[in-house]
Formats: sequence, C-alpha cells, structure tokens
Amino acid sequence: MRLGSGTFAACCVVVEVLGVVLFLRGFFPAPVRSFSGTKHQAEPPAPEPSAGSTSNWTKLPPPLFSKVVIMLIDALRDDFVFGSKGVKFMPYTTYLVEKGASHSFVAEAKPPTVTMPRIKALMTGSLPGFIDVVRNLNSPALLEDNVIAQAKAAGKRIIFYGDETWMKLFPKHFVEYDGTTSYFVSDYTEVDENVTRHLDKALKRGDWDVLILHYLGLDHIGHVSGPSSPLIGRKLSEMDSILMKIHTSLLSEERETLLPNLLVLCGDHGMSETGSHGASSMEEVNTPLILISSAFERKPGDVRRPEHVQQTDLAATLAIGLGLPIPKNSVGSLLFPAIEGKPMREQLRFLHLNTVQLAKLLQETVPSYKKEPGFEQFKISERLHGNWIRLYLEENNSEVLFNLGTKVRKQYLDALKTLSLSLSRQVAQYDVYSMVVGTIVVLEVLTLLLLSIPQALSNKAELEVPLLSPVFSLLFYLTFLVLSAIHVIVCTSAESSCYFCSLSWLTAGGVMMLISALLCAVVSALTKVFVDGKLLSKNAAHSNAQWSELDLLILLGTVGHVLSLGASSFIEEEHQTWYFLVSTLCLALCHDIYRNCLLGDDCELQRSLHMEECFGSATPALQDKNAGSAVLELNRGCKGPPSLDALRGFEKWMVLASPWVILICCRLLRSLNQTGVQWAHRPDLGLWLASSDHKTALSVLAALSLVVIFTLVQRRCSLASKVAMALGLLGVYCYRAAIGNVLFPWQQDNKDISKGIIEARFVYVFVLGILFTGTKDLLKSQVIAADFTVKTVGLWEIYSGLVLLAALLSRPHNLPVLVLSLLIQTLMAKFVWKPLRHDAAEITVMHYWFGQAFFYFQGNSNNIATVDISAGFVGLDAYVEIPAMFLTAFATYAEPVLWASHLVSFLSSEASSSALSHACFCYALIRSFPVSAYIILVTSLRYHLFIWSVFSPKLLYEGMHLLITAAVCVFFTAMDQTNTKS
Amino acid sequence: MKDTDIKRLLYTHLLCIFSIILSIFIPSLFLENFSILETHLTWLCICSVCVTAVNLVLYLVVKPNASSRRSSLSYKVTRFLKCCIYFLMSCFSFHIIFVLYGAPLIELVLETFLFAVTLSTFTTVPCLCLLGPNIKAWLRVFSRNGVTSVWENSLQITTISSFVGTWLGAFPIPLDWERPWQVWPISCTLGATFGYVAGLVISPLWIYWNRKQLTYKNN
Repeated sequence: MRLGSGTFAACCVVVEVLGVVLFLRGFFPAPVRSFSGTKHQAEPPAPEPSAGSTSNWTKLPPPLFSKVVIMLIDALRDDFVFGSKGVKFMPYTTYLVEKGASHSFVAEAKPPTVTMPRIKALMTGSLPGFIDVVRNLNSPALLEDNVIAQAKAAGKRIIFYGDETWMKLFPKHFVEYDGTTSYFVSDYTEVDENVTRHLDKALKRGDWDVLILHYLGLDHIGHVSGPSSPLIGRKLSEMDSILMKIHTSLLSEERETLLPNLLVLCGDHGMSETGSHGASSMEEVNTPLILISSAFERKPGDVRRPEHVQQTDLAATLAIGLGLPIPKNSVGSLLFPAIEGKPMREQLRFLHLNTVQLAKLLQETVPSYKKEPGFEQFKISERLHGNWIRLYLEENNSEVLFNLGTKVRKQYLDALKTLSLSLSRQVAQYDVYSMVVGTIVVLEVLTLLLLSIPQALSNKAELEVPLLSPVFSLLFYLTFLVLSAIHVIVCTSAESSCYFCSLSWLTAGGVMMLISALLCAVVSALTKVFVDGKLLSKNAAHSNAQWSELDLLILLGTVGHVLSLGASSFIEEEHQTWYFLVSTLCLALCHDIYRNCLLGDDCELQRSLHMEECFGSATPALQDKNAGSAVLELNRGCKGPPSLDALRGFEKWMVLASPWVILICCRLLRSLNQTGVQWAHRPDLGLWLASSDHKTALSVLAALSLVVIFTLVQRRCSLASKVAMALGLLGVYCYRAAIGNVLFPWQQDNKDISKGIIEARFVYVFVLGILFTGTKDLLKSQVIAADFTVKTVGLWEIYSGLVLLAALLSRPHNLPVLVLSLLIQTLMAKFVWKPLRHDAAEITVMHYWFGQAFFYFQGNSNNIATVDISAGFVGLDAYVEIPAMFLTAFATYAEPVLWASHLVSFLSSEASSSALSHACFCYALIRSFPVSAYIILVTSLRYHLFIWSVFSPKLLYEGMHLLITAAVCVFFTAMDQTNTKS
Repeated sequence: MKDTDIKRLLYTHLLCIFSIILSIFIPSLFLENFSILETHLTWLCICSVCVTAVNLVLYLVVKPNASSRRSSLSYKVTRFLKCCIYFLMSCFSFHIIFVLYGAPLIELVLETFLFAVTLSTFTTVPCLCLLGPNIKAWLRVFSRNGVTSVWENSLQITTISSFVGTWLGAFPIPLDWERPWQVWPISCTLGATFGYVAGLVISPLWIYWNRKQLTYKNN
C-alpha cells in the first residue's frame, strides 16, 4: 500500500498515543488497596494483649472528645501561623499556640501538594499516588477506608461546609452540607462567606458530632497575587476571628457535657513563593496542624515548640479521638501529645491499636514483613504490654507500674515511628506488564519512523507501507500466538492487579495483533533498507560530507536534549536547554546569513558543483538511516543560487539584523517568567507586572500588545475576519478589565470585579467565527478546486483564530510572549526562511524548537504547579469538565500549537507540494523520539528518589504533548489531502 | 615545505599550551591564596595576558604570513591600532552574546566581561595575528573549504574547539551538584580553556594525519 509520508506519520503518532496511554496506565496504577474498605465492619478491634491472665477489654475504647470541629484552610503555610504573619494577623491563634490548651505541630504534606490528594491523606491516612493529581479535576468517591466513613458508620452526625471536592469524595456522608466551587480563582471573599454564613446557626444548634469547614479564599489569593500580597493578611485575620468564634462557642458548650471538645486547625498544603502549589518545596509542604481542646491543659511556663509530624498522622488521631477504628490503609502514627493526659492503661491501649493496624498493613504490603525492624519492635512491645497488663491486673504498685508503663510506651512509640516510616517509603507497585506492552508499541513505531526516513523525505514524499504481506506471513501469526500465550500466562499468574489483563480479551487481542503487525512491518522495512543499502553503498560515501552546520546542530541538539532528560536537574531546568539551543540556532543562522551575504560568489560556485553531483545521483542515498539530513542536504543543493544578492538595501539589512532581533526578543522573554526550580525565586518582570501596584503599567502593556497582535496578524486575513479580530481583541481587553487584571483609563478604582462571563463569551463568538470562516474557505478550496489563495487565506484565518483564543486565555502579563512569538514568526518567515531557502525539514525542526522555547517562555515548567487552571474557567459560569479541560490544555500548550499552525500556514503558502508531508513526518519524528527515549528512561529510573516529584510530572507533560502532536499531525494530513486534491 | 610548516605549528602550539600551564602555576609563587576557582578573576587576567603575549611573540618570530610586503611604519601603526579596536570590539560583542545567551545583565558584569576577554584572547587574538583586521578573510577561513594554509587550518580548528568548549562548559550550570566550579562563568571559562588546549593539541595532529588529502589553494 502506498501512503503519503504525512498520512503515514499521522497514523504512527496515533498508534504511539495508544502505546503511551497503556504505559501511563501501568506507570500510574490505581491504588491497589482500596477495595478492602467495605469489609472493615467484620473485623473486631484488636483486644488488649495479655500474657496468661485474661483482660476483658476487647471493645474499642470510648471517644475522647464529644464534638470535633475541623477547620481546614486551603494553602495555609506553616509560617502564616507560626511565623511573623501569624503574630501580626492571627493574634488569637498565636495566643492559643503559645499559652492556651493546645498542641501545635508542623505537618508535612507529601507531594503532590494538591487539594484532593491532601484531603484523602488527611482522612484516610494513606499516601495517594501521583495519578490523583490528574483525577483532581474529576474526583470520584473515595472508596478507601477513612475517618468520615467510619464516623458515619458509628452513627455520628457530620456537617460540612466548604470546598465541593469533599462532597464528591464523600457523597452521602454528611447530614448537612453546602459546597463552594474551587474554580473561580479570582473570587476570594464570596467562597469564604458561603462557608461562614452557616457557622452561627450550626454552632448554636449543636445537633452534630463532627463539623468540617474548608476555607478556599487563602488559596485563591495565593494563586492570584502570591503569598506576599496584602490580601493574605486580611484573610488571615478573618480566619483568626472565625477560629475565635468557634473556640468560644465550643468552650461555652463544654460546661453542659462531660467530655471535652476538639478543634483542629490545619492546612492541606502550603504555598510557594509564587503562590502556587503542587511540587515539593519547603513552602508547599509544611502546613500547621493545631489541636485545641480543654483536655490539653498546660501549666504556665510550659513552652511547646511545634513538632514536625506527618500529615497522615491526623487520621489515626481523629479516629482514636472519636472512638473509631483507625482507617485500614493509614500509614500515620497517633499524635501522642493528644492522649498524653489519659491514664497509662488507655494510652497503651491506643498505641497498641495503632501499632496493630500498621503491622497488619505492613503484612499485607510487604511479603518479607517479618524481617522489617518495625515489625520486630511491634512484637517486642506487644509482649511487654501483655506483661504490663498482667502486673496491672494482679497488683497495684503504682510506682513500678508507672515506670514499666513508660518503658512500654516508649517502645510502642519507637515501633510506631519505624512502622510508619517503612510503610510510607513503600513505593507504589508498578504494573510492569502494561508498561512493557506500551513501551513495545512505542518503540516499534519509532523504529518504523526511523527506518522510513529516506523514503519519506524523498521528493515524492510517498512510501511503500508493507501492510498486506505481513498480515499473511507466518511471522505475524507466530508472533501473535506467542504474545497471546505470554498474555495468558502473565494474567493467570499475576498476583497484583494489572490493567492490561483487566481489559477485555478482544481489546487485548487487538493490541497483540497491532504489536505483531508492527513487528512484521519493521522487519520488512529493515530488510528493504539492507537490500537498498547494498545497492547504493557507493553513492552514500560523499553524502555525509555535505551536512551543513545547521543540520549538524539540529541533529546534535535533538540528541543532546533527549540525553539530558536522564538527569533530574536537566528536567527541572529544561527551559534552559531550550533557551540555549534556540540561541545557538540563532547564531548558526546568523553565520549562515553572513556567509551567504558577504561571500555570495564563493558559495555559488560550490553550489553549482553540488548541483552537478545531485543531478548525477538522482536517487538520494537511501540507506543513510541516521537522519534525513543527507537527503535534505541534497534537496538543498538542488535549490539553485541563493537569492540574497537580489535583495534590495532595506531587506538585506533586515536579513542581516533579524537573528539579532530574535536573540534580543528571546532574552527579553527569558526575564519575563522565571521558571524551573533553581532560579525560580529570582525576581522577574512577570511578577512585577502582576502585582497590584503596577496595574497601570500592565494595562498599558496589555493594550499595546493587543494592538501589535492585531497589526501582525491582520495582514493575511480577509476583511471580515480582520474586523472580527479587532473586535475580539477589544473583547479580550474588556474581559481582563472586568475581572480586575487591567484598568480602563476612565476607571480609577477596581470596585466591581465580576467573572467577566459576558466579555469572554463575546470573544469566544469571534474566535468561533474566525475559525468557521477559515474552515469554510478550506472546504471551498477543496470542493470546487478553487485557486490556491483561498486555501492559504483559510489557513491563515484558522491561525489567527487560534491567536485570538490564546490572547484571551493567557494571563495579561504573558501577552508580550504572544506578541514576540508572532513577531519572530514574521521575521523568520520573511527574512530567514524565504531568502535562505531552508527546506521543509529544517523549517519544521526550527518551528518545533521555538515552540518548545516559547512553551517555557509562557512560564510553564515540568512541574504540575505551573499549569494555569484559571484559564479553564474563562467565560464559564460553573465547572464544565470537557471545555475546562480543553481550555486549560490549550492555554498550556498555546505556543507550541501556534508555532505548528504557523508552520502549516507558512509551508502551504510558500513551499512546494511535498513540503507539508515532509513537515508532518519530521514533526512526528522529532516528537516521538524524546517520548520513546523518555519512556525507557523513566522505566529504568522508576525507583529514583525524585520519581514522583520530577520524572512523573514530566512524563505526564510528554504524554499530553504527544497527544497534541497527534492532533497537529492529523490536521497537517488533512491539509495535505486537500492540497493534493486541488 | 608542508612538513616543516607542520613542525613549526606543533612547536608554537606547544608553547601556547605551556604558557597556559605557567599561568596556572607561576602566580601561586608570587600571590598568596591563589587558586583557579577562588581567585578566578585574577587567573583570567593572567591567563589572557600570557596567551596574548605568547601569541604576539610567536607571530613576530615565526612570521607565518611570509608574503606580507614591507610597509611603512605608519601603516603598521594604523594596523596595530585597528587590531586593538577589533579586539575590544570582539570583547564587547562576546559580552553581548553572553548576555543574550542568558548571562545576568547587571550582576556579575566584571566576571562576564573578563570571560569575554579570555574567550577573545583564545579566538580573536590568533585571528588578528594571522589574518589581520580583515573581516572578509575571517569569514573565508571560517566557512567550509575556505582555508588556504596549514596555519589557517589550525586557526580554524583551535577557534572552533574553543567555542565548542565554551558551549559545552555551560551545561553543568543547571545541575544541582553545588560545586564551586558550577558558578557562572567558571565552568564556561574552564570549558573554553580546555577547548582551546584541545584544539592546540588536535590541530597539528589532525593536519599531520590528513596531510595527503589537504590541498590548499595558494593564491
């Protein structure tokens, strides 16, 4: 079967996406332990250990507290309470921490520091896997054993006000609730008022046992204006007054009941210096955890420093405090100060319960649990405890008993610490089988792509895909049989759950068939390459010598970047790699240009020589499989004399200056958004602009940027879309003014901040309108085979529609990024690619490199925290999943998509017919190369220390980028089809 | 003719390498606390002065451009002044390029500039000695198939390897090893020096191995 190389590449990328999805499912397994949650009722609580004599205390100990209020403040960092900010803005809390009846801790949250996994950690005591970040936007009900479910089963009445996520996690657990949505990041007063307005009523009524309040305002302020904003102080004092209200009400109520009440103040995660969260820096990880209760009496002068504990410890403590069984999967250890005031027997009982639970969990997860030091300690302390009980029941010498008891207690605490540590170190189980299958698919696709380089980049841009013959070959059936056999064996013998095995047999068989077909295709391509290689080995000798410096740089840069992905620092600072490569590319272009300009005649001589050679060997050197550059070079040789001499004075100067202009632009953009890890704290222009003091500067800059965007984009559009573009850009400014980012000159204060829904929808109408006109033009050019210009105009219109959408979604201080990317595209197209006549492959790679560099110029990084989720809610009244996800993805990958779309438009308006399919092929190749290499790297580094904090987010980014590349390639192919038809 | 040229080339290069090694060890006799990493700037100055001096002396002694006609004193003076201006310009343009590559604009200006000076001594000074202030000749030498003598060929190799060394020297900067030599611009200057030395070693050998294939258009 003959296929165009574009179509072939698009098919390959789509298959590769399948492989990557399979790999990701294996790499981020769904939590395995979750389904044990339903049968917890059946097991009786562990009885008190006893050596010989009988102890009758087999039931769970009674609750320690009658009522529990959990006040969770989103993104409450530890220094907001314990630091200078706390002293200044939270006087009541500071008083409680320093002098009141309370215990305070610094609870360490494990990354990913995102709300949903943190809520799960707080309530189940387990460590949710990384994949929870992805599910954060679509949180399903929590099936794992947790405190809330236990409390409900024990007949406690729970009331909840706050973040909606809780209601999704615990759908039928609350007797009364009111959810606030966490997605309007710019709203930070109403979200909290919606929680507080119920508070008086609930406190007065008192017909509940557990009250949970989740305040989102602080997190929203952090996202919008960072931790040093003056709004933070105001919010903290608001929170302080709420805490005081709850505390006084609880105290006054306590007089009527026997048991004391408990008030828990905690944060789910911290806040980085830029105000976001998700990663594992100290600021994001450390949260305060304060337990306040009249049970925790303290003598005057008793100074308690906040102790460092784990966030997961709260679940066990709450369970004990409420007299519930500890959640099964909890890896936390009881916060001992909370039970310090109890008699020794109860203390030991609680510690025993906790240790038994942890030991059981260890038994379930670690096969060789008996060798674990924690388990041994547990056994010893249980024995000691039994002896102590016997002593306790027999005689009552309090002195001896107390001393012995303290010893047992110490032993228990040590055991708890060791058990908890070894459990939380347990790395998630990887589903290796699915990972291997996914990797095989991806690697086969990559090999196929690499092997078909010479054919795909030849002038015809077509290649013979051996599809039918392998399907009937013996190899295909043999491979299929072997794979099926392996599948059966693996799936029947697997101990842990495996995603690929859980698929239906038909689907699994389909994947097996795909793998064997790909294998046959690879084998036949390989034989063909060898046969051709022998024939053409003579011609190939000189082709290597013809690589230009630019091709060499492109090849080395690509390979070097892929190699750099093996080091965690290079992943964290990947933007530096791209900036470096792009700068080098500019200098190489500069060298090229100067040589062409100043030594034009010399080169012409060489070029004519090349031409003769190239006509002499009309079939390009096919067997060079390292890269297509040999072929590219050959095409380049045939292009004829450089046209630089023909340029007039002004244009020549522009050609000479444009690499420098581009370099300066890149340098400016570099200082706009600092990303990465090492230098992320450096002050940058973006933060300066985003701060509320410089609103006027931001407004001027945004307005200027929008005007420049219009002038740069409008040239190639039809009149209707010009008008639509102008109105749309005006709408963008109005939207930003409405949500309070920028100012109108006549509007001095920002009193009325709305969500800007009307303005944003106004812009969407124009975006859709422009895209629609573009599509209409494209269809017209296809159906009636109209002139070439209609299609080009259509493509440029689609491009400008995307620009408008990007302008709407990007934050106002990022508008210059958009402007400069448009400027660089124009400069490169007009003064570099056209005069120097680079071929399609080189132009594609340059587009890809610039797209990558601009991805980081936007302020993105390989860290989940930099994804701007507020973009997903532009113009939406409530959270709607699909548009929100689409908008967020587009806002994140706006620049790569814009560069790819510029590539399509540019090539179809300038270059020859085969250029588009060459470009599509190169684009697919240059994306699938790093993805495949990275998959192998991650598999081999899966026990690396930074696997969750550095490598996994990068893997998600790579997967997402591949998906977008697949979409781009399909778009390319569609354009190519219309091209060939017309 | 060619073989003697290659031999002379080798000796001059060995002298240059020797001067760099001297610049590392001699100052510690006179200066207290001298080390490459801690008193990096001092070393940079000493190294560039050494290399420049050796290059000038070698140029005057060896005279690779034998064809240069006898000319008046004023011509020589203007030529020398032009060379100085070119050198300064190359320092400034290197500085600008470093900043464009991402070096801090305001902080560490002295460091960046001294790095630019060092790189200029490794690249521009030999060019000025050999080719004189003639941009076209420079461009000719640094484009493919443009060299016309053994000297130009070695110049091409050393210059390119200095640049490549500098380029590669930037790679350790983002790594989180927290070593003293990862600080800007130490790794880059070390890279440049290693590149220059490597070029000095490689170029005579390379020319020697390929002496049969190399044919120079003598014009």
